[in-house]
Amino acid sequence: MQQISRPGFLRAIGAAVIAAAVAMPAAAQQPAAGGSSPTMDAIRARGTLICGVNTGLAGFAQPDSQGVWRGFDVDYCRAVAIALFNDPDKVRYVPTTAQNRFTALQSGEVDMLARNTTWTLSRDTSLGFDFPAITFFDGQGFMVKASLGVRSASELNGATICVQPGTTTEQNLTDWARANRIQFQPVVIERLEEVVNAYLAGRCDAYTTDVSGLAATRSVQPRPADHVILPDVISKEPLGPAVRHGDQRFADLVRWIHFGLVTAEELGLTSQNIGQAAADARPDVQRLIGRTGDLGRMLGVDNAFMVNIVTRLGNYGQMFERSLTPIGIQRGPNAVWPAAGGLQYAPPFR
Amino acid sequence: MSDITANTPAMSSSEPRSAPLTAVGPIAWLRTNLFSGWLSTAVTLALGYLIVRAVIGFVDWAFINAIWSVPVSPTGVAQTQACRDLQGSGACWAVVTEKHRFMLFGTYPYEQHWRPAIVCLLFIGLYIVSSMRRFWNWTLIPIWIGTLTTIGILMWGGILGLPYVPQERWGGLPITLILATFGLALAFPLSILVALGRRSNLPAIKVLCVLYVELIRGVPLISLLFMASVMFPLFLPEGMNIDKLLRAQIAITLFAGAYLAEVVRGGLQALPKGQYEAAEAMGLSYWQKTGLIILPQALRLVIPPLVNTFIGFFKDTSLVLIIGIFDLLTAGKTAIVEPSWQGFGVEVYVFVGLIYLCFCFAMSKYSQGLEAELNRHRRR
Repeated sequence: MQQISRPGFLRAIGAAVIAAAVAMPAAAQQPAAGGSSPTMDAIRARGTLICGVNTGLAGFAQPDSQGVWRGFDVDYCRAVAIALFNDPDKVRYVPTTAQNRFTALQSGEVDMLARNTTWTLSRDTSLGFDFPAITFFDGQGFMVKASLGVRSASELNGATICVQPGTTTEQNLTDWARANRIQFQPVVIERLEEVVNAYLAGRCDAYTTDVSGLAATRSVQPRPADHVILPDVISKEPLGPAVRHGDQRFADLVRWIHFGLVTAEELGLTSQNIGQAAADARPDVQRLIGRTGDLGRMLGVDNAFMVNIVTRLGNYGQMFERSLTPIGIQRGPNAVWPAAGGLQYAPPFR
Repeated sequence: MSDITANTPAMSSSEPRSAPLTAVGPIAWLRTNLFSGWLSTAVTLALGYLIVRAVIGFVDWAFINAIWSVPVSPTGVAQTQACRDLQGSGACWAVVTEKHRFMLFGTYPYEQHWRPAIVCLLFIGLYIVSSMRRFWNWTLIPIWIGTLTTIGILMWGGILGLPYVPQERWGGLPITLILATFGLALAFPLSILVALGRRSNLPAIKVLCVLYVELIRGVPLISLLFMASVMFPLFLPEGMNIDKLLRAQIAITLFAGAYLAEVVRGGLQALPKGQYEAAEAMGLSYWQKTGLIILPQALRLVIPPLVNTFIGFFKDTSLVLIIGIFDLLTAGKTAIVEPSWQGFGVEVYVFVGLIYLCFCFAMSKYSQGLEAELNRHRRR
């Protein structure tokens, strides 16, 4: 059934629309037969990867003063382009908003989303996506002024809390308050800048959003020590790239690029030393750099794809340090397991 | 002053005396308008004080305490500490200095920025030429076609040695101008046809036009943009994509067309029936009657509401931000996403607002002049 991968809401529009949806040729969504991947074939034929990114989110995807896209998510687009073309610039970035990102991927306007999208069951099934990997573990938290003396979120009973509407943030806050029997007064403000200003001006006691966003806001304050991010995390936000369901080969490629980046960090391979890794006798290293195992070809790309990616972009830790550490985000759950005790766990690269 | 002439003897040598200073001139004007009574004087003084305070405060903020540039570290991170130390007492124009090219041209390749810059100038030139009455003849058509072709070549490139730039990298002011110009240039003829159709005696045409206007006017522009951006691609065959900008452009054109049609219809209805009957009595065909007699009078009548709608739509193009197109306002908002520049939104909005103001004010001044000129026969 092809229409299973169509979004659920289409069904509600009416019989005529459904008929049109079913009649749509859906060749690009056919499961890969044998070794071919329609998405990878289309990207190769086109000569560029089309990557859906955020319209602007500090650290993850934002154009710099010269209009060049930079950030943690954007680097995953570059990594896929390097794997396919050995050229980080063969990417076209399509800015997508929270509203049109899923359509852009469903309709084939973009090949993949690298847009800090939370992996949920409904997105995985009824929207017809695959989430190849979790590149960033986030969660919703609270920031309060240090002078308030609040140590934990459970002390926020009766507080006014600044929150942005429309996203899952507001819903999580309500759910958490109900579960913990906490009364609060929400101050709902749409724009990031204004909600932060409202918090700074003291219109609310606490400001809630994803911990990464809190850290970014805190880091640009004149005295970051005046603000405390509470240890409580009230939601799980596993963020990662998304691809269309049905093209497992392309999903595999994106997944193993991420695992390769984590493995490189595990093995201590960086953009500086991976050039000399050929002399490293460790079998894991030899497999990662493509000298043994023929692993790249199994994914449909060059065997040296991880060398090319790490040389240009660095390993997972280096990508993190380049984009996210400057805006005040700690490694925390995104440290590599087991060495640093985080959640970034790469299955064996062999 | 008639009493002076009446009382003065007819002496040709005496100079005509002017009225006392308290009766004419600026002092008299002040006395009658601002200080005519104690209440009026009090209000004047209070408002004057507030205005002076506001102006001084603004000048302090915008010029005297302002910071115009900040150092940028070699890694490309701006050192905005100086700006933050101002604590809002002065403007941080450094954000505009640093980001103005991004705000104006978005993610267009940096070294190719001269191309969108020329495009903006071409658009402005096109507006000026189109507004001069001496070009109001057939020459305007080749001028528009030529200019728009040049604009297309400059923006896309790919020929004449210009590198190809895909549409999703366009941004900033050119996007705003493209959406507004094409939207209004296409919507205006469409609106005339729809307005005529709505007054037609042919039931099918009339019903179609009424349906179009009522359906489009009945939904907000945002929902049309969503329809074009989110729903429409799902109805297309897999792998077939219509350019996002084109989809937004069509939505804006259809929306503007419906509103303009009602404005034009207002002009058509304001014409006395005698004009229609006289034109018919002369034996003119429907299109001759419409083109030569009805429309010139009807459109002249509706210049103010037309320009009102034009200005509204010029600004409405900023709604494309919800579908991820980097128009001028979106580019401005994106410029302050970077953590080191967060918190300097006012400066960016002032900069973007000034650009919008320039275009909208020019439109409004031009329409005033046009109105005065076209309605000259009424002021006898």
